Amino acid sequence: MKDEVTREDRVAGLKGLGCSRKRVEDARFTQGKGNYVDDIKLPGMLHGDFVRSPYAHARIKSINIDAAMALPGVTAVLTAKDLEPLGLHWMPTLAGDKQMVLADGKVLFQGQEVAFVVAADRYIAADAVELVEVEYEELEVIVNPFKSLQSDVVLREDLIAPDGSIPNGAHGPRKHPNHIFTWEAGELEATNQVIDNAEVVAEAEMYYHRTHPCPLETCGSVASMDKVNGKLTLWGTFQAPHVVRTVASLLSGIEEHNIRVVSPDIGGGFGNKVGVYPGYVCSIVASIVTGVPVKWVEDRMENLMSTAFARDYWMKGKISATKEGKITGLHCHVTADHGAFDACADPTKFPAGFMNICTGSYDIPVAYLGVDGVYTNKAPGGVSYRCSFRVTEAVYFIERMIEVLAIELNMDPAELRSINFIKKEQFPYTAALGWEYDSGDYQTAWDKALLAVDYKGLRAEQAERVAAFKRGETRKIMGIGLSFFTEIVGAGPVKNCDILGMGMFDSCEIRIHPTGSATARLGTISQGQGHATTFAQILASEIGLPADSITIEEGDTDTAPYGLGTYGSRSTPVAGAAAAMAGRKIRAKAQMIAAYLLEVHDDDVEFDVDRFAVKGAPERFKTMKEIAYASYHQAIPGLEPGLEAVSYYDPPNMTYPFGAYVCVMDIDVDTGVPEIRRFYALDDCGTRINPMVIEGQIHGGLTEALAVALGQEIAYDDIGNVKTGTLMDFFLPTAWEVPNYETDFTVTPSPHHPIGAKGVGESPHVGGVPCFSNAVQDAFRPFGNRHTNMPHDHWRIWQTAANLGMHD
Amino acid sequence: MIPAAFEYYRPTSMEGVLALLQEHGDEARVLAGGHSLIPMMKLRMADVPHLIDLQGIAGLSGITIDGGTIRIGTMTTQHDIIGDAALTAAAPIMAEAALQIADPQVRYMGTVGGNVANGDPGNDMPGLMQCLDAHFHLIGPEGERTVAARDFYDSAYMTAREDDEVLTAITFAVPVGGHAYEKQKRKIGDYATAAAAVQISKEGGKVAAASIAMTNLSDTPVWSEAAGAALVGTDCGADAIKAAVAAMLADIDPTEDNRGPVAFKRHVAGIVLGRAIARAWSRA
Repeated sequence: MKDEVTREDRVAGLKGLGCSRKRVEDARFTQGKGNYVDDIKLPGMLHGDFVRSPYAHARIKSINIDAAMALPGVTAVLTAKDLEPLGLHWMPTLAGDKQMVLADGKVLFQGQEVAFVVAADRYIAADAVELVEVEYEELEVIVNPFKSLQSDVVLREDLIAPDGSIPNGAHGPRKHPNHIFTWEAGELEATNQVIDNAEVVAEAEMYYHRTHPCPLETCGSVASMDKVNGKLTLWGTFQAPHVVRTVASLLSGIEEHNIRVVSPDIGGGFGNKVGVYPGYVCSIVASIVTGVPVKWVEDRMENLMSTAFARDYWMKGKISATKEGKITGLHCHVTADHGAFDACADPTKFPAGFMNICTGSYDIPVAYLGVDGVYTNKAPGGVSYRCSFRVTEAVYFIERMIEVLAIELNMDPAELRSINFIKKEQFPYTAALGWEYDSGDYQTAWDKALLAVDYKGLRAEQAERVAAFKRGETRKIMGIGLSFFTEIVGAGPVKNCDILGMGMFDSCEIRIHPTGSATARLGTISQGQGHATTFAQILASEIGLPADSITIEEGDTDTAPYGLGTYGSRSTPVAGAAAAMAGRKIRAKAQMIAAYLLEVHDDDVEFDVDRFAVKGAPERFKTMKEIAYASYHQAIPGLEPGLEAVSYYDPPNMTYPFGAYVCVMDIDVDTGVPEIRRFYALDDCGTRINPMVIEGQIHGGLTEALAVALGQEIAYDDIGNVKTGTLMDFFLPTAWEVPNYETDFTVTPSPHHPIGAKGVGESPHVGGVPCFSNAVQDAFRPFGNRHTNMPHDHWRIWQTAANLGMHD
Repeated sequence: MIPAAFEYYRPTSMEGVLALLQEHGDEARVLAGGHSLIPMMKLRMADVPHLIDLQGIAGLSGITIDGGTIRIGTMTTQHDIIGDAALTAAAPIMAEAALQIADPQVRYMGTVGGNVANGDPGNDMPGLMQCLDAHFHLIGPEGERTVAARDFYDSAYMTAREDDEVLTAITFAVPVGGHAYEKQKRKIGDYATAAAAVQISKEGGKVAAASIAMTNLSDTPVWSEAAGAALVGTDCGADAIKAAVAAMLADIDPTEDNRGPVAFKRHVAGIVLGRAIARAWSRA
């Protein structure tokens, strides 16, 4: 038996930073006790459902709602004409564009919202949808952004001046009616000069296909307008509830204090739940019109067809190097297909997100990036899977360019990366396209990864496999996929990051209760990340109370402090920092209380795990629990009662997590079936708050990356029909398709984050996609492959083999 | 994904089922496991005002092996197939195929009868039944009749079953020789890109008989008599397999979809069949 509690025991008892504390959320999730938006049932609640366009581009000649209104149980059918008097038939997007809430004279993508039926239950609403008669006149459909920029067909007549001229958009001049913006970074002339005079130049054109994150829970909302007290309550699948409140206030004219926005449990977000959807607006209007609560929850097909997609980026690159492999310049041009409306959620100054992180982990002296955004007849979005920040695209681009350059140089791609890494001593490092990387130690991580997988041995095995294939002894080839990624997360410093003018700070408010437990509220909202677990751990270490005694609350704008929400791996870098800073304010006051109680000067006590002790006399101490009680119930001269703190944190910089991934894959060239033999993922996300939660985030993100690389796609035919609108055709991996992941780490803390954490949620997606793709492409490299586009599903892999003559 | 309104019935006798079918004609459908019909109703691609659940009728599930004949009740689930040791001993191709259908949750509900009767070209059991030369037992107002699996399928979702008939059981002779069910699919839960059911018997080192059926490569399952015939009398070597594949390719008619273009499907069909033949022969 132990005689006394050791310091180690006290540290362990807190379950603070570095502890693989079990997720406190899981008790309810694993028992079916979560509370999602569709679980909300209010007295008298009506149900909404959309009439959606079957056409990708058509003029609406008429809408007849008579038959639908005649169906018993139908309360209302809203069209654009009903919303127009309220000014709500269009709404602003987060990217400075505007979007139709309900079709105003025309439709611009298949699945667009045309009318909103409100009925007594979900079934009657669905029946009534079929009874709304809409007469369409089909128009020419454009699904390709290059054709769009050449076409006479004007998609957005609302963006053309009466004299036919093209007014500037939110991001400057537009050069065609279907053009949204041009955005540039870096030095064009200097880059061209370097590339034109380079010893070696590699070029590639790559299409990063359109995909979708398909969260288990689709999007939805419940609006309840209380006409007596004038308060609107809106529950919904919102990754940024405060932003929704502000937008709802601006749109509706209802003052912000009279709007309460609640994000209940959210069943996965992945950016799909950042934007404001017509369903939210229609449920609000319908509640105002009917005077009772109105629920709208979309079904799976609606979610896939009409809510925020990811990617649709056509990237063209040139990379130059010396014969020895030192990269000298990088040129990138992107044609970005934004669909019918620009509904990205990128910071205002960054219409192509942080695509200018596309120099990656490499010391590239000069670079240029140009991006043209284009309208087409596809669903709006460009938010999901990190899409508004475009880091996934950037990392895919540079990691493919590295591979293509390695082919051009006839060099091993691992070695090429090593030659060009930004070196440890170069941090903080300012990249050619402007970002200041906070910290990194790339070579150490890379060496650790290559050693872990026995990279040399793998290459030897691959060479033997190529020989065996050529001898006709096997039909399976082997690929070694590499990726080294640098993320840019934690948006972001208010000086350069805002959305619709709202600065991208975040917040934390802490109340310590008299008996030594605490409630903390943050401006973020978990969609599965486990904030209730990990933020409590940050606070436990900061304020010396056990994580188990700290409740984390998020997502209710009536109680939580204002914040910009959860996406872009920003919760830990921004709200996590706010939590730490608020915790330090608590500690500062606690220090004064402790000093008073111990009858010494403030400077004579020091914090030690869960207490303040007199310096040099550790046996004289007051625990945080004792201090909490005293703060409320003891008169302390010069101090207000209570122990509370608020912090609004404006990060000084972004954080730059990084990682090294390796995938070993076998490919059957006759069937096109890939088999992942091994996947190794080393992540450096700075200080690790909860290793188990990190591992879970990595597993999930890698699985999404696998999906995207190997088949997950929102595909359209030539007339704008969505070909992948159900889970039969849309690839959502199950345990069966997922390999075993080996995770590993290094720790390079962020120098500017209060606890050195960097964020990890999206790293595995960002790094995983190029790794899986590079594995496929590396397998075909010995047979002449340079680049093939994703998704690498069976038939496309088979097609690659066919094109390389491997079936002959 | 919200179905139109429908009446739900759960009769407790086959007479009750038949009476409802006669009363409602083509407005009624019987429901077995529901894994094809219910999604179609939710997508409003199938309009079924009267849905008749067969769960309440005794005696429609179960597997018996008697005198060289295997009988499988229509409500027998894929899970039942996989777990039946006697069936696996007598006709191992059944479990091998069933294990490649969807996932365990679907297999707990999905039935053999529903799988064969719905006429979906993506379903695995129709091709397998043609390979095994099974017979389907139907009951209707005129009494009972049997239809050979090889004669049952007219086109996608169109079968020899009349609207007022119910499929009650499947019978087939205990197969002889080696077997293989080879399926390529994109993911769990997907229909086949191409699948092959092969049963081969061997005498004196040569193929005595061979039966080959392909799945999801036409708007019906394809029993390729010529492909089987190409193997008979051979040593099942590379040339024989090549001839069988060529014969099979003449019988299929795949269409392009998200699984890939026609050329890919034809190539994969050949690969899948070649592997199935080799595996079946190794077990013959």
